[in-house]
Amino acid sequence: MDQFAVKVFVRLRPSVLDPAGEATKSASIKLGVEGIKSLRIGKMIEVKIEGNGENEVREKIDLLCDRLFANTVIEDYEYSLEKL
Amino acid sequence: MDNFTVGVVVFPGSNCDRDVSWALEGCLDIRTKYLWHESSDLSDVDAIVLPGGFSYGDYLRCGAIARFSPLINALDEFVKSGKRVLGICNGFQILTESGFLPGALTANKNLNFICDDVELDIISSKGGWFNHGGEKQTIKLPIAHGEGRYHCDSDTLKKLVDNELIALRYKNNPNGSSFDIAGITNEKGNVLGLMPHPERACDETIGGTDGLFTLKSLILK
Repeated sequence: MDQFAVKVFVRLRPSVLDPAGEATKSASIKLGVEGIKSLRIGKMIEVKIEGNGENEVREKIDLLCDRLFANTVIEDYEYSLEKL
Repeated sequence: MDNFTVGVVVFPGSNCDRDVSWALEGCLDIRTKYLWHESSDLSDVDAIVLPGGFSYGDYLRCGAIARFSPLINALDEFVKSGKRVLGICNGFQILTESGFLPGALTANKNLNFICDDVELDIISSKGGWFNHGGEKQTIKLPIAHGEGRYHCDSDTLKKLVDNELIALRYKNNPNGSSFDIAGITNEKGNVLGLMPHPERACDETIGGTDGLFTLKSLILK
């Protein structure tokens, strides 16, 4: 069995308003940082997972992302995978 | 309807389960039974309410973890059999997360947790959950949520409108919901999800009785 470290990024779809991102953008500007054009907040999920090779692990992660980690009505996901 | 029993589902973190039970039993004389979320035996209940609260601490997303409970797994057959399911607030979030209703509920536009009475227009007669066509086409119900902004894509919205699945719309949209949506039904009409709390509007002494009709309609066939 191979072990992989997976980082999953879940983000609100571009068409979905992100009020927390807007509030943080507003605070960033108040901090005096100029030039912020856009700020959106997502989630990062770290998973250590075993499987027979990368393809099998990708299948498991796809299932997790699609059915649990993200609500694909409002969120997109992507992930990176590193063999340990 | 002597033996008619409404199952009130209790998740870890539910906090409106007793309010729903009290409103049904005390105000409407409808028998209730609490259903622990790990139960999958729905054989002795005739309708189900998924009450408000913060199931599983709203971890990940509101309703996302509750969706995997044995009870929600058993709900599919129950819904297919035509029995009625009412999801209130967190219950509505669970119904969208588990795919019984389309769309999703996410953070209020202004990020505030809103606790207020709101005016709602009754839009559809689907399922008979509201007194559509009656004397009063605007009702007042309390809301209490931080993540009640209904969102769906334009194709879904068109389907909701075309099939008369929008049950309630806010008169003054408090949370940024698409198309002012406060509550929707499935196509058959036996599943209703709404953010407002009808169980908190069942007695004049606590601010109104506009929620009675909806709870009473649980006993409709």
